Amino acid sequence: MSLYLELLWSFFQIGLFSVGGGYASIPLIQSQVVEQHGWLTMTQFADIITIAEMTPGPVAINSATFVGMQILGIPGAIVATLGCILPACVIVTTIAYFYFKYRNVSVVQGILGGLRPAVVALIASAGLTILMLAVFGGASTGIWDFPLESIDWIAVVLFIAAFILLRKTKLNPLYIMGGAGILGMAAYPLLEKVM
Amino acid sequence: MERNAKFYWTLFQSTFCLSAFTVGGGFVIVPLMKKKFVDELGWINEDEMLDITAISQSSPGAIAVNASILIGYRLAGIRGALVTILGTILPPLILLSVISVFYEAFRDNAFFNALMTGMRAGVAAVIVDVVMKMSLGVVRGKDPVAIITMAAAFIAAYFLGINVILIILICGVVGYVNYIVRKKQAEKKEAVK
Repeated sequence: MSLYLELLWSFFQIGLFSVGGGYASIPLIQSQVVEQHGWLTMTQFADIITIAEMTPGPVAINSATFVGMQILGIPGAIVATLGCILPACVIVTTIAYFYFKYRNVSVVQGILGGLRPAVVALIASAGLTILMLAVFGGASTGIWDFPLESIDWIAVVLFIAAFILLRKTKLNPLYIMGGAGILGMAAYPLLEKVM
Repeated sequence: MERNAKFYWTLFQSTFCLSAFTVGGGFVIVPLMKKKFVDELGWINEDEMLDITAISQSSPGAIAVNASILIGYRLAGIRGALVTILGTILPPLILLSVISVFYEAFRDNAFFNALMTGMRAGVAAVIVDVVMKMSLGVVRGKDPVAIITMAAAFIAAYFLGINVILIILICGVVGYVNYIVRKKQAEKKEAVK
């Protein structure tokens, strides 16, 4: 039972503190699921974010379902998802009440405006961890550890190519992520044969 | 309109389909919700939709979930909100449960791992791109407090490993004080003029 409560509470906090859209939930999920509870490894976490980005539905809900399934099966998925949406149910209706009463939410917007730079920084931090994992394939043990001999060159090339495409074209990011996956599926087995 | 079974079914089915087929998060799904509920069904007017968008973006949590709560609540109170929440979370709940089972089954498969590793590089690029755009936005705002907050929060999270929620709470307070100070300054300027 206690594991269900822990799961509920963890995703409740994720739902409560992810302000400003999907990406904002990534650092919170990492903090709760990987760092505090150790429910998933960093690689599994990166896989979840990858899958959550590629599938329909909000990233936080997708991750909640996935994490819940991985640790407690279908009941876990339901509990984690519930935890994730509970804060929204309460807060959204409260804010809506004040909004329709006073026709402005400037205090809320003031707080959110102040949070925006912090949220950007937190997403950057989580993104950097995922990038380190992509480049070193999990061989790096800390933020100052750059094991040059285990650089995954295919991933480096895919990352740079994807980044350039994102900056220079208006291609849907979905195709870029999917394309990187398909190229990876072709390149890794091929490289193994050559080496 | 009559709140009969047919109404609730349409409400459920609309949010279910929107949630099931929209990849790309809240900023994509909200315009599609407008198309469905304002243009197609005519259940909500344009102004209300603007309000719903504003509130769902300024509340914590997933924007798509927030917007669907508001639409359901606006149309049929708590019962409506429950229907739209269910419609919105069922597709990811079902889909990700299925994927999770496959993930367990395939995670030792070399091809699957190659696919995931490749996609991970792509996702890293997408996140770095998003971060660059967002942080440029903060820098262009030319508010020194915001820029310092951003740098400090990054150091705290990445280098010092300080708890994310603690960082958010502290920055929320800093942001709020900054907002009040700037508002007062603006008012003073207005008064001088």
